[in-house]
Amino acid sequence: MAASPAYGEEKGGSSSLGEPEYGHDPASGGIFASDYKRHDDLKEMLDSNKDSLKLEAMKRIVAMIAWGKNASDLFPAVVKNVACKNIEVKKLVYVYLVRYAEEQQDLALLSISTFQRGLKDPNQLIRASALRVLSSIRVPIIVPIMMLAIKEAASDMSPYVRKTAAHAIPKLYSLDSDQKDQLIEVIEKLLADKTTLVAGSVVMAFEEVCPERIDLIHKNYRKLCNLLIDVEEWGQVVIINMLTRYARTQFLSPNQNESLLEESAEKAFYGSEEEDTKDAKAEAASLAKRKPYVMDPDHRLLLRNTKPLLQSRNAAVVMAVAQLYFHLAPKAEVGVIAKALVRLLRSHSEVQYVVLQNVATMSIKRRGMFEPYLKSFYIRSTDPTQIKILKLEVLTNLANETNISTILREFQTYIRSMDKDFVAATIQAIGRCATNIGKVRDTCLNGLVQLLSNRDELVVAESVVVIKKLLQMQPAQHSEIIKHMAKLTDNIQVPMARASILWLIGEYCEHVPKIAPDVLRKMAKSFTNEEDIVKLQVINLAAKLYLTNSKQSKLLTQYVLNLAKYDQNYDIRDRARFIRQLIVPTEKSGALNKYAKKLFLAQKPAPILESSFKDRDHFQLGSLSHLLNAKAVGYQELPDWPDEAPDPSVRNVEVPEWTKCTSREKRKDKVEKPFYSDSEGESGPTESADSEPESDSEESGSSSSSGTSSSSSEEQSEDKEGEEEEEEKRKKKKEKGGPRKASPRSVGSEEEEEAEGKKVKKAAGPQGKKGHAETSSEEASASESSSSGSDSGTEAPTVVEAKRRKVIPSSKAGPKEISLLDLDDFTPPPPQPVPSSSIISTSLVTDLEGLTLTDTSLAPALLSPAFGAVRTYELLHRMAGEGLSVEYCFSRRPFPGDPHMVAVQIQISNNTDAEVKSLRVSEPKLLAGMRIQEFPEIESLAPGDTASVVMGIDFCDSTQAANFQLCTHTRHFYVSIQPPVGELMAPVFMSENEFRKEQGKLTGMSEITEKLTLPEKCRSDHAIVQQVTSAANVGRVPCGADNEYRFAAKTVTSGSLVLITLEWREGAAAQLTVNSEKMVIGTMLVKDIIQALAQ
Amino acid sequence: MIHSLFLINCSGDIFLEKHWKSVVSQSVCDYFFEAQEKAIDVENVPPVISTPLHYLISIYRDKIFFVSVIQTEVPPLFVIEFLHRVADTFQDYFGECSETAIKDNVVIVYELLEEMLDNGFPLATESNILKELIKPPTILRSVVNSITGSSNVGDTLPTGQLSNIPWRRAGVKYTNNEAYFDVIEEIDAIIDKSGSTVFAEIQGVIDSCIKLSGMPDLSLSFMNPRLLDDVSFHPCIRFKRWESERVLSFIPPDGNFRLISYRVSSQNLVAIPVYVKHLISFKENSSSGRFDVTIGPKQNMGKTVEGVVMTVHMPKAVLNMNLTATQGSYTFDPVTKVLAWDVGKITPQKLPNLKGIVNLQSGAPKPEENPSLNIQFKIQQLAISGLKVNRLDMYGEKYKPFKGVKYITKAGKFQVRT
Repeated sequence: MAASPAYGEEKGGSSSLGEPEYGHDPASGGIFASDYKRHDDLKEMLDSNKDSLKLEAMKRIVAMIAWGKNASDLFPAVVKNVACKNIEVKKLVYVYLVRYAEEQQDLALLSISTFQRGLKDPNQLIRASALRVLSSIRVPIIVPIMMLAIKEAASDMSPYVRKTAAHAIPKLYSLDSDQKDQLIEVIEKLLADKTTLVAGSVVMAFEEVCPERIDLIHKNYRKLCNLLIDVEEWGQVVIINMLTRYARTQFLSPNQNESLLEESAEKAFYGSEEEDTKDAKAEAASLAKRKPYVMDPDHRLLLRNTKPLLQSRNAAVVMAVAQLYFHLAPKAEVGVIAKALVRLLRSHSEVQYVVLQNVATMSIKRRGMFEPYLKSFYIRSTDPTQIKILKLEVLTNLANETNISTILREFQTYIRSMDKDFVAATIQAIGRCATNIGKVRDTCLNGLVQLLSNRDELVVAESVVVIKKLLQMQPAQHSEIIKHMAKLTDNIQVPMARASILWLIGEYCEHVPKIAPDVLRKMAKSFTNEEDIVKLQVINLAAKLYLTNSKQSKLLTQYVLNLAKYDQNYDIRDRARFIRQLIVPTEKSGALNKYAKKLFLAQKPAPILESSFKDRDHFQLGSLSHLLNAKAVGYQELPDWPDEAPDPSVRNVEVPEWTKCTSREKRKDKVEKPFYSDSEGESGPTESADSEPESDSEESGSSSSSGTSSSSSEEQSEDKEGEEEEEEKRKKKKEKGGPRKASPRSVGSEEEEEAEGKKVKKAAGPQGKKGHAETSSEEASASESSSSGSDSGTEAPTVVEAKRRKVIPSSKAGPKEISLLDLDDFTPPPPQPVPSSSIISTSLVTDLEGLTLTDTSLAPALLSPAFGAVRTYELLHRMAGEGLSVEYCFSRRPFPGDPHMVAVQIQISNNTDAEVKSLRVSEPKLLAGMRIQEFPEIESLAPGDTASVVMGIDFCDSTQAANFQLCTHTRHFYVSIQPPVGELMAPVFMSENEFRKEQGKLTGMSEITEKLTLPEKCRSDHAIVQQVTSAANVGRVPCGADNEYRFAAKTVTSGSLVLITLEWREGAAAQLTVNSEKMVIGTMLVKDIIQALAQ
Repeated sequence: MIHSLFLINCSGDIFLEKHWKSVVSQSVCDYFFEAQEKAIDVENVPPVISTPLHYLISIYRDKIFFVSVIQTEVPPLFVIEFLHRVADTFQDYFGECSETAIKDNVVIVYELLEEMLDNGFPLATESNILKELIKPPTILRSVVNSITGSSNVGDTLPTGQLSNIPWRRAGVKYTNNEAYFDVIEEIDAIIDKSGSTVFAEIQGVIDSCIKLSGMPDLSLSFMNPRLLDDVSFHPCIRFKRWESERVLSFIPPDGNFRLISYRVSSQNLVAIPVYVKHLISFKENSSSGRFDVTIGPKQNMGKTVEGVVMTVHMPKAVLNMNLTATQGSYTFDPVTKVLAWDVGKITPQKLPNLKGIVNLQSGAPKPEENPSLNIQFKIQQLAISGLKVNRLDMYGEKYKPFKGVKYITKAGKFQVRT
């Protein structure tokens, strides 16, 4: 088939080339064409300079690959085209290259430079595909190149390229596992990435390269939980599976307390499996030692965030969540997964197969969960046999005293099925039900006995086997049933059944001493007419009776053996001779005779009737290993719950103020910022490590009331962070209380800090007393607002804001306050004429607006948005920058020269011993449309000096980060600036009417409304205005209504209006409405404002 | 994760292979063939086969086995779901997922597989993204391509992959803006011998065909959303809004897609729209039997039951059937022993009946079980659960779309035991 279209295609191609080419055709298309010849032909086409010919040739080559034919001898001809302009040819060449590079390593190297060039392409998709192909070429020589490319791509500004980098990691690892350490570094870096695009891929890489490095997850745990719902479906599966394992190592079993009660209750009901007893015992022992269990809020977070995924259309995701719940959730909550799993039973039969396997395992442990869905497991005659058998398994597991009659009725239908394998399985199932549920044992036995008359041998054999098993289990009732079966010998004609009954009577002849010889008598009479298998069993019976009751049966046995001796069948003759020698003592018969009884009447072990799925749950459900019931290569064992929870504070992540809140519960909801992923800001793990295990669990339980349970040790372990926070609040209050001269200062370096420490303390007064002395936080707090240490002598009291929060001054817009703030030797950006006068006036008016409405006693500096607490972000940490630390903040002033740019104030401190020269920005990597106005190069920066510069970035109204390099005369640092959405806009002044009018235009899609609850401290006009303006650069719009707050702004780049309305209703309820034609901005803004207000 | 993929047709030919990591020899499929032989029926080939070096996970779709080779632990459903997604994509691209279609478009298939997996891990599985990367073949395009030598590979790079809405491509434009929703409900039921319902359940889906320009944001609300018990969503649906308001709010993908599938809560009694009177018996030792089946409408809410088809897998001993149908036509395949009776529409005045003699193999024992009857039917303009769409609103675009909702009820796995 490949030949015929190829033939036709080539015709098309060659016609354009001319006649000579045409001459080749019959040979190349014909069946007798030698490979050599055809490949020659292809080579010629590849060498031509027409793209269409090349394409045809490549298509034929790819078809060959698809067929599994060898096309490796074309390698040189193909690899030449790797730089071809035509995109399809290129793609097909890539396909070829990836397939054959391994075999032709030397030649493959020719193509590498093309990809290296591609890695530098400004188009992110080309960079990504270059990396993809480069990493797919399995040539060990290029490992260093790959490593380099991956490292670079991991810090690419495009999340898509970073995703590709994550994909490349396992490829490189499989090529050269020595690179592990370096790769782990890259993984660590990518794990901190907060885009959903990257999350799934990097976790996949993590699982393949270093699944044992669970410590890398700590910091990213909450982020992963929160991102999960937005990750693409395949990534979700990988993340959920990984988090299941993680949770098993980090949290305590949620069932340690309840399990005892529940299981004993269950046992009383159903007399369930012994395993439970074991568990219960173990748990009872451990229970004595344990305090009441309270779930870790992080554990809860995981459960809560995965639950919606049960609604996914992807069966793999649903299964992943189901196994997570099964392994991690408290018993009472596991039930939610049943519904979703039952839904999957409507899917393709392969999906059903896998799901039913898992349901079978689950239904043994948690029977109650699937009971309501019993009928969904009923079997249809059209189901494939393997599905039928699995459903049967589930039905059997679900059987209990209340539903057994329904189930047995179903089973009756199944027994008459045409599918005999299935019937056999049904009989087995009935047997299991009978052993598990005493009530129906007799009914089942009777039913099974009836089945002995079935025409199908398989059914009969199976019934006998099951009856036999049942009988072996309850010796007390033996005789009755055996007697009954003995009677059946008169009626049942199926040889198999007769044989089976005879075996039973023989086996239990001592229980029916009177009947057994009589049965033998009857059988002896009809011996000659019996089928062969029956004859064999008659001989067996005779032998057994001879050994136990030789008085009555001696003659009969002799008779039977004599008959058998002359039987037509040699098997029977053989058996008769053998048995005679064995049981009848003669001179010749040797030692065996003595053991005859032992040989024939040995105790046969009772077969155990239990589910084949019984102990499968030690494998992680949903895994390949579970399905195969054997450990698959690369299976990661699901760890047992720890006895004591490891330190939960390792998951704490430094979050900026606006996402911080006193309650742990809320805090963990916040998405962390990658900027702060440095460990430096972490609360010391030592604190909670000291605390006793009890306090751990208590602490985790107090999530809802962290503030109140001050008596518990929780307060201590609540991290100093919390205290600091409190401290700050007090401080802030003070600041608000009396008009203070708040002058920002920075602590450039430690030496400086020491020198000024006293002053600071004096100035800051009591609030300086507390642990801000922690050097790390001190360093971090170095803010951009003060330019150098030279101003330290000024009178202005210094307030060291904790960590990265800072009150920064603004030299514009605020008419009065400036004078105070200007006392600082603040080096503002060169005072530029403000391009649009409207902006300055609006901000002025809005500020005034804010003033009139708020408590006048408050320091004005805190009121207006432009002067509110402006957060600073770290651009380059002191450690990473080798002594150079860089921070930035959004000054919220129009950027001079370009109104479409957001002004970013950058504060560079030189903490090294040497001068840093020629600081500048270079090689910005920006998304399309984004622009950067670099700051003028800083010629030199003396040691200990700090410089402040302003650069402008046009973010194109998106929150995508701007990536660029910060260069010194010696080094280059990759840095990126990501704006919070609130900084992408500038305040606008408008009247109430204008506001209404504009709002009217922005309804429908452009309107986003969210309800929220205002916390206690956010219920004043002042607090609301402050929080909103701190979250976003907006201006207040006057409003007639009492409980309504309005704000307006325009996005910096496109000038689209953003209107915010906050309606404060009864009590704490409030409603936030954002109108903006930029939907994304609107949505994010809502989120940010709510976050700010919720603090 | 997924190492290689082999496509195998029913006669056991490997007609396509693709490797995402190093090459795995075709001989690995021998283990599969072995299992296939053992299984007798194609449906019974175990989806997961363990071999000494690899694991084979396979699906069977449209007479093709998709056999994937796995080397390490991976959730089997992950692979199965992905393979089905591959088959769906082929279906979407070529109109059918058949051996010929795949062979005819082998290059496109290869390019698709290349895009869908990277190193064995799914990369782009959304059909909208794939269609931007690789254009599906159309007759017109293949003609144009053969003349101009241009290709099916998109020259603009897809942006969807990078956006937050990967399922929708940018710059969609239609002259007629339309949004159609088909509410399709299927009744799964098992009816026992005496005609009483053993098990019945309604499963529904809403399939949509959305051809709207730009970036429309739709919200679809129901009169009685409480009916929906268990719902699974297309990723485009905003879960939060459903949770809080029971409104389906979404930015739709372009073209055809399944919006939701749902199950109607089991508290509601399911109205069974048809009944079957049957008399099937085999006489002892006479190598013949009787067959008499009548189908009638019941509780059909004033709508006609149409498209009725009955299929019966007769016991193996059945040699032939001599039947007369008062309506429609029947066929009996003596090889597979499948009786199919295409009834068509049921008119209550004259109930369709199929009656006659069953010939058994002489000497064969009488079949013990009567075969189950599988019924298919369709009722137009009715959602049997009573689900009703209340309204569809569109935000974000200015034009007025044409909206349409269609209801249909079908038999799902509807089985009558006899």
